[in-house]
Amino acid sequence: MKKFETLTSQVVPLPIENIDTDQIIPARFLKATTREGFGDNLFRDWRFDTDNQPKTDFVLNNPTYSGKILVAGKNFGCGSSREHAAWAIQDYGFDVVISSFFADIFKGNALNNGVLPIQVPEEFLGKIFELVTQNPKTEIIVDLEKQTVMLTETGDQFEFEINPYKKSCLINGYDDIDFILNQKDSIELFEANRQW
Amino acid sequence: MSKTLVEKIWDAHVVKREEGFPDIIYIDTHLIHEVTSPQAFDGLRKRGIPVFRPKQTVATADHNVPTLNQHLPIKEELSRYQVDMLTKNCAEFGIELYGLGHPYQGIVHVIGPELGITLPGKTMVCGDSHTSTHGAFGAIAFGIGTSQVEQVFATQCLLQSKPKTMKIEVNGTLQKGVGAKDIILYIISKISAAGGTGYFIEYAGSAIRSLSMEARMTICNMSIEMGARGGLIAPDQITFDYVEGREFAPKGEEWDQALAYWKTLYSDEDAIFDKVLTFDAADIAPMITYGTNPGMGMGIAEHIPATNAQPESERPSYQKALDYMGFKDDSVVLGNRVDYVFIGSCTNSRIEDLREVASFVQGKQKAQDVEVWIVPGSKQVEKQAKEEGLDKIFEAAGFQLREPGCSACLGMNEDKIPAGKYCVSTSNRNFEGRQGPNARTMLVSPLTAAAAAVTGKVTDVRELI
Repeated sequence: MKKFETLTSQVVPLPIENIDTDQIIPARFLKATTREGFGDNLFRDWRFDTDNQPKTDFVLNNPTYSGKILVAGKNFGCGSSREHAAWAIQDYGFDVVISSFFADIFKGNALNNGVLPIQVPEEFLGKIFELVTQNPKTEIIVDLEKQTVMLTETGDQFEFEINPYKKSCLINGYDDIDFILNQKDSIELFEANRQW
Repeated sequence: MSKTLVEKIWDAHVVKREEGFPDIIYIDTHLIHEVTSPQAFDGLRKRGIPVFRPKQTVATADHNVPTLNQHLPIKEELSRYQVDMLTKNCAEFGIELYGLGHPYQGIVHVIGPELGITLPGKTMVCGDSHTSTHGAFGAIAFGIGTSQVEQVFATQCLLQSKPKTMKIEVNGTLQKGVGAKDIILYIISKISAAGGTGYFIEYAGSAIRSLSMEARMTICNMSIEMGARGGLIAPDQITFDYVEGREFAPKGEEWDQALAYWKTLYSDEDAIFDKVLTFDAADIAPMITYGTNPGMGMGIAEHIPATNAQPESERPSYQKALDYMGFKDDSVVLGNRVDYVFIGSCTNSRIEDLREVASFVQGKQKAQDVEVWIVPGSKQVEKQAKEEGLDKIFEAAGFQLREPGCSACLGMNEDKIPAGKYCVSTSNRNFEGRQGPNARTMLVSPLTAAAAAVTGKVTDVRELI
């Protein structure tokens, strides 16, 4: 897994709530059997019309906004457990998603792929949207070690939470399977001692 | 120490607990399907490791299969390749597959229970968020991503933080025409599409206790639609009677041992939940959704809540949802045009659902301009429906009985609802484009779906029974 330490980037604002994983990557694009290439269809039906032409009013088609940080409304990633949503976000070029609330499964999938989901208070999220509207070049600095997210323009900073184990996975670039494969003895012992 | 049911099952499956780390929990049963498994099998190949416990894994093809002419090769190339890949992977890694053509094939959350694979006290996972369905038996069951599918393949374990617990009690007696689907749509409408996030929910109370196993599965199935990782119901005699004698259920002495254990699976009287909610069954009307997440639901005769009544920050998203659906503030959906009726999905495709629909439509005809699809959850459900003559009733009514699969629930396979069309659906998600690009979904119970099929418009079934 890709390592994550710090990131300074402009942001792409998507101030919509309850963005479900069907919007992030519609089911008809889940037929691939590898992890690559899903970024082309990220937010497919919001990004392209039925004739496959880019919808100019959608933020990903607006050259004013760019960057490796996606900022979205609350309950981001709800619905289907498809990890393809995290793959699509990563493949498109986002390393961080900021929201005021994440759905559980999406959050886990993102972390398992080196995409950092950062939960911030509603007011902080509102401030980001406001600043980015005023100045699309606004930058954010994410420091995973310090667990901080900072708006460079105003100096506003928030200290986010992350499970210490998941944090070390991201910083060191290792995944759950590497960790758990080293626990085989404990697993076999558990199986041996198990009653019905 | 007093424990909730979730804590009892969870603690019995902890392989290792260490400060600062998620628990390592043992997974009894791993269900897989064609869409979320290929990249996990690839991962094993890259690491050069086998499936650790292949006998505890069961596979089926459901999401990406056609529901007509299943005896013929799948027409769409990518779909065929994905389904073939599952067959190859299962053969290579020694996993039992109930693929197309097998008498046990069906939607993964329908076949687990009907085969007796789903049992009280188990931990079960699947790369599908509706795995919560199996919680109806008093199991801890939840959906996982593909990296976790690989993790379970490799170790039969998962790294998971213990969830918070919520109890939702529904007490009293349901009105006529109101069923399990209405109960769960009602709960979600009350607590929102995010209200259960971080929790495992235990459903309790007299209205839940009186439900059949299949109705309980409908309830637990939609736990994820309020963000909850899973939902479960303590097993009781209704559970034991359902499980006994099924293909893979314990038999003889093993059954007696299992039963003795299962009878210990309940939340202790003084167990503490992180949150408790209580609802009155009598307050629940037949439900329908009017927006683009399952929390946007209401009693079928009610008015759509006004945009101005929403918190200010949520108004743009709310208005976007109504625009997508073609609905206006404060209007009613009762009487709205219906183009398609879909009766199926892991929420409502079991034999009781089909029986309920059949008994309502017997002697009636579908409305002329409505297309009605009935998609049984499994080959076994399909077989039983035919044995009971339900197929004849559907045929006479102009309903199309198709072959098992996830079908129009998710807009992945051939079964899609065309753009702009209204579909009254017994499935679980009304997201934008869920049933096909620009399709408009209204989630309802099987009975309300049957009523819409007959009248061709959104109908209060209470007036027809």
